[in-house]
Amino acid sequence: MASPLLQILDLRTYFATDLGEARAVDGISFDVREGETVALVGESGCGKSVTALSILRLLPEPPGRLLAGSSVRLRGEELTSAADSRLREVRGGEISMIFQEPMTSLNPVFPIGQQVSEAIREHEAMSTGPGERDAVAARRVAIEWLDRVGIPDPEQRYGYYPHQLSGGMRQRVMIAMALSTRPSLLIADEPTTALDVTVQRQILELLASLQEEMGTAVLLITHDLGVVAQVADRVLVMYAGQIVEESSVEALFRDPQHPYTEGLLQAIPDLEERRERLAEIPGNVPRATAWPTGCRFRPRCPYAWSRCRDVPDLTRYGPAEQSAARCWLADEPERRRSGYGFGTRSPDGRREGGES
Amino acid sequence: MIRYAARRLLEAVPILIGIVTLIFLLLHLAPGDPATAYFNPNVSPEIIDRMRENLGLDRPLHEQYLRWLRSFFTGDFGYSFSQHRPVADVIRDALPNTLLLSAVSLVLIFVVGCAVGAVQAVRQYSALDNVTTFVSLFVYSMPGFWLGLMLILAFSSPAMPEFLRLPISGVTSIDYEFMGPIERIVDRVRHLVLPSFALGIASAAGVARYMRGSLLEVINQDYIRTARAKGLSERRVILKHALRNALIPIVSLLGLYLPLLFGGSVVIEVVFSWPGMGRALYNAILARDYPVVMAASFLFGVLVLGANLLADMLYAVIDPRIRTD
Repeated sequence: MASPLLQILDLRTYFATDLGEARAVDGISFDVREGETVALVGESGCGKSVTALSILRLLPEPPGRLLAGSSVRLRGEELTSAADSRLREVRGGEISMIFQEPMTSLNPVFPIGQQVSEAIREHEAMSTGPGERDAVAARRVAIEWLDRVGIPDPEQRYGYYPHQLSGGMRQRVMIAMALSTRPSLLIADEPTTALDVTVQRQILELLASLQEEMGTAVLLITHDLGVVAQVADRVLVMYAGQIVEESSVEALFRDPQHPYTEGLLQAIPDLEERRERLAEIPGNVPRATAWPTGCRFRPRCPYAWSRCRDVPDLTRYGPAEQSAARCWLADEPERRRSGYGFGTRSPDGRREGGES
Repeated sequence: MIRYAARRLLEAVPILIGIVTLIFLLLHLAPGDPATAYFNPNVSPEIIDRMRENLGLDRPLHEQYLRWLRSFFTGDFGYSFSQHRPVADVIRDALPNTLLLSAVSLVLIFVVGCAVGAVQAVRQYSALDNVTTFVSLFVYSMPGFWLGLMLILAFSSPAMPEFLRLPISGVTSIDYEFMGPIERIVDRVRHLVLPSFALGIASAAGVARYMRGSLLEVINQDYIRTARAKGLSERRVILKHALRNALIPIVSLLGLYLPLLFGGSVVIEVVFSWPGMGRALYNAILARDYPVVMAASFLFGVLVLGANLLADMLYAVIDPRIRTD
């Protein structure tokens, strides 16, 4: 079998902090195949951004470090031990990345067009026409890309500085920069979180159409399940540095296996049904320096019982074992009683539809 | 940009008039006048009075002030009481020396300061960072005149090997007139080393501290991560993407350090017998040579204002967000 585009095996990224070692990413494994869109979802602090940065080794080291045994493979080629020069070819060449904050992700002192053509030249992603110099060719390709991502009047905008553009326009520039080198994989770390809802939609549609045209695989990192439903093929749910559920989008929304996923889905506001308050998962993501023992979701889980003091395995199921969940409920499904789960809280703090 | 510069130049005029007025008042508040500087028991009071009359010092204060203001606008700096030649001549001899010394110190301050600060930031917490941090704090805490005197002691000491000895006073050697063109340049450069070092090194240490902090802040910015994610080499990330941003706050230091530089040049020029404006000012103050004091102070004021204007213009050049369109 051909190796998948991106294969992550037992990735562990720890940080040295004043409170001890933070196990931000603690043993995750997943694949991304050519051309597909995989969403990595979870609350803030669950380690999804660290996962993304670990793939390209963009984390500051120290305080961060990749543990021995972690493996990131691009078409079978190990990246964790790759030479710096090879890693630089991959960064922005085979794997591009866009970030959450378009307002601060572009360098304020250089024109946007120059920042795009810099990436193109770095990876020589242009064919120089007869008598055309590299710089001119890169400029031409950059302008084509600015046009392609929907920046009006790209010839003139080429010389604009980031502060002269809106957040949505800047994210379009970031997309142009990322895709102009024709990468096989685009890692999009919360690409729409900082944008208005209407702009969010435009950016997602732009990403989807470019992806379709170019056949780029996308690893989309988000906490927004609405976005996931719109664009993803497969979903990885992350909690406390681990993947707790892996599934196709349809299966995930229809039949979530892990109580955490169930909680996330119930927390999506429903326009049909007016509630006093939105459903919520009680508590917060624990600190990465002190994950709970056993199942890490146990303190917040409505189903938790004595067995959850042991660490649950990632149990695979479904056709071709495409799905997986890290929960003991896989063994004892009768414990998932109906009417039990994440209810809403009434104003006096009593949980409705919770433990009765 | 040009309109901005023109507006700033116009704004400088009232500031300069203020400077001129302040200098005038301070001088006349200080006890003594040029005539008493020649005081000698053998000189009769009548002669001193006649001297005052000759110098116009017997006129009422406001009349002296107006005369002095008028002469400034006509570019006439008057006649030096103590050197018995026009102030314009005094300035013509001294100003180039001061500009040369200041320019060399300025380059030292910013080139050395930025380079050291940048290396410290890139190698944060390394032994190199710690050692240079200690050294720059040490140098920063040292008074310039004392450092100057220590340098003179060290470099003129018989214990210092001959080839390491450097001239400790003046602009050129006595036999300068008999040197060939290349020897002359070498001679001038050798004379510049100690005074420019003594004048600039403390400020260079200050700039290094600022540069270190500034670059460390920039390195943590999102756009630096973007630059790395593009696959740029670390060298290019630092030298192109980080440095330019880190230099923005440093440019404003230019306006801050230049007055310090000119102030320091008074002390350093005296210590190293450097025949510049600073030393001319110092000697003129001692001799109550009003026209030279006023002209020199005025020129320092002009230089400081010019430097601030330059800093603001550079700011706009380096940071596109400041440019007004």
